Amino acid sequence: MSVSLTASLKKLGIFLAASVAVFVVFTLLISTGVINAYYKRILMTICINIILALSTNLIINFTGQLTLGHSAFMAIGAYAAAAISLKTGLPFVLSLIFGGLVAGLFGFLIGLPTLRLKGDYLAITTMGFCQIIVVAIQNIPQLGGAQGLPGIPGKTTFAWVFFCMILTILVLHNVVSSKQGRAMISVREDEIAAEAMGVNTTRYKVMAFTLGAFFAGLAGGLYAFLMMFIEPTTFNYFKSIDLVIYVVLGGAGNFAGCIASTSILTFLPEALRAFGDLRLVIYPLLLIIIMILRVKNIRVMRLVKMIGRHKGGKEGDSHAAA
Amino acid sequence: MSLVEFLQQLINGLSLGSVYALIALGYTMVYGIIGLINFAHCDVYMVGAYIGYFVATDLHLPFVPTLLVAMLGTAIAGVLIERIAYKPLRRSTNISLLITAIGVSLLLENGFNWLFGGNPRTYPHDILQQSNVELGPVHSDTLHLIILGTSLLLMILLQVVIYRTKIGKAMRATSTDKDAAELMGINVDTTISATFAIGSALAGAAGVLVAILYSSIDPYMGIQPGIKAFTAAVFGGIGLIPGAFVGGIILGVIETFVTAWYSQLSGAIGFIVLIIILIIKPSGLLGKKVSEKV
Repeated sequence: MSVSLTASLKKLGIFLAASVAVFVVFTLLISTGVINAYYKRILMTICINIILALSTNLIINFTGQLTLGHSAFMAIGAYAAAAISLKTGLPFVLSLIFGGLVAGLFGFLIGLPTLRLKGDYLAITTMGFCQIIVVAIQNIPQLGGAQGLPGIPGKTTFAWVFFCMILTILVLHNVVSSKQGRAMISVREDEIAAEAMGVNTTRYKVMAFTLGAFFAGLAGGLYAFLMMFIEPTTFNYFKSIDLVIYVVLGGAGNFAGCIASTSILTFLPEALRAFGDLRLVIYPLLLIIIMILRVKNIRVMRLVKMIGRHKGGKEGDSHAAA
Repeated sequence: MSLVEFLQQLINGLSLGSVYALIALGYTMVYGIIGLINFAHCDVYMVGAYIGYFVATDLHLPFVPTLLVAMLGTAIAGVLIERIAYKPLRRSTNISLLITAIGVSLLLENGFNWLFGGNPRTYPHDILQQSNVELGPVHSDTLHLIILGTSLLLMILLQVVIYRTKIGKAMRATSTDKDAAELMGINVDTTISATFAIGSALAGAAGVLVAILYSSIDPYMGIQPGIKAFTAAVFGGIGLIPGAFVGGIILGVIETFVTAWYSQLSGAIGFIVLIIILIIKPSGLLGKKVSEKV
C-alpha cells in the first residue's frame, strides 16, 4: 500500500514539475514576444478547450454516457460568472467558482431525470437541453438576450487558464482513479452487471454529470473573462459536438490523448486559415478521413501511446486507470 | 382563437408537419437499419433544394420533373455518402459512426457554402402558381395544400415499397436482424444502400417543397428542420416508420400553434415536447418498451 502511495506521490511530483516547466517555458515565450498576442489567445483557448474536453471525457469515456449538450454548462458558467461579476463586482476567482457551482447545480438538476435514458435517446435529450438553454438565455433581457453580454472585464490571463487546466487534470485524474471513478467505469462497461454488484448506477452517473458540468462552468467563466463578450449562439450544440470530437479522437478514456487531440483540433482551423473559406471544407474532410483510418487501425494516438510507454510517464498511467 | 383561425393554422401545421415527417422518415429508416443518427440527412435535404433550384432556373422545368430530378439526385448523393463514409465504419462503435456523420454534415454545409456562396438564393416564383383556395370560410393557398398532398402521396408510396415489394421485405428483414438476413441470402449492402437512397430521395423532395414555400435557400438551411425532423422521429419512436409520420405531423401542428401564440419559442418547442415525451415514455409515442436481457 505504502509502495503504491509513494509511487503515486512520485508521479504527482513529476507531473507538477513538468507542468511548472511547461508553464515557465510558455511564459518566457510570451514575455519575449516569440508567442505574439494572436497565438497567445489561441493558446489560452486551447487550455480552456482542454478543461472542457476533459470534463466531457469523464462523462463520455469514463461513464459511457453520450452527451451532446455539454456546452450548455459552459454557457451557464460563462453567464453566471459574468453576470455576478458585472452586477455585484465579485472578485474574479469567486466569480469563476460561482459560475462553476451554478453549472454544477444545473448539471445535477438536468442529470437526475435525463440519465434514466440510454444511448441515442440520452444524446438527443442532452442536445435538446443545450438548445433550450441557448433559447432561454436569448430570451432573458438581463443577460443581454440574443445580442450578447458585453463589457465583461478581461481578467483571464495565461497563468489563470493554465492553473485551472492543471487543477482540472489533477482533480479528474484523481476521480477516475478513485473508488467513485471505478464505479463510473463499471457503469460504462456493463450497467446491469454494475448494478448487480451493488453499484448505485444512477448516483454515479449523476455524479459524473455534475462534476463534468462544474468544470465546464469553470471553463465557461474563463472564456467569458477572456473574450469580454459572450453571446448565446457560441454555446449551441455545435460546440458540444466539437467537444465530443476532441474526446473521441483522443482515444477511450485517455487523458494525454484527449489533451493532444484537443490541442491539435483547436489549432487546426487556425493553421488552415491560409486556405480561406476552404478550411471549413478541409476540416470535416480530415475528420472523416481520420475516423476511417482509425477503423483501419492506423491510429495517430497509438504512436503517441507507444512513445509514452517507452518513457513510462503519464501516458501509461492514465491508460492503466482506464 | 376562432374556429376559422384554428382550422387555418391547422392546415399550416399539417403541411409543415408533413414536411417534417418526410425528413423524419429518412432518419428513422437509417436508424432502424444501421442504428446511426444520420446527421448528414438534413444536409441531403439542403442538397435536394439546391438541385431543384438549378434544375428550375437553368433548365426551366416545371414542378413535377424538378421534384423528380431532385429526388434522383439526392438518392444518388445518399448512396454515395453511405458507400464512401459510413460503410468502412459499419462494424465499429456507434460514436465513431456518429462523428463521421457529423463530419459529412459539416462537409456538405461548408462545401456548398464554398461552392455556391453563403448568400441566400431566391427560388424561381413561376415554378408553382400560388393562388388562394377557399374551403368554406377557411382560406388557404395552393402551396400549403400541394405540399401536404405531395408529402402524403410520397408517404403512401413509401408504405407500398416497404410492405409490398421485395426490397421492402429485405429492408424490414435487415432492420430486424442483419446477420440472420444475410444468412437468408439477402444482400445487406444493397439493402442498406436502398434504404439510404429512399430516405434521401424523400428528404430531397422535402427540400424542394420547403424551398418553394419559403422561396429562399442557403447552405445551412437544413440544420433547423433537421433537428426538428429528428425530434419528430424520436417523438414517434425511432426506427418505426409510422412513428416518424405521426411524430412529424404532431410536431408540425404543435409548433405552428405555439409559434402563433408566442413566437420566441419556435426554436426550442420541439425539444421541450421531446424531453417531456422522453421522460414520460422514453421509447417514443409508438415505441414498445424493450426489456433488457442480461
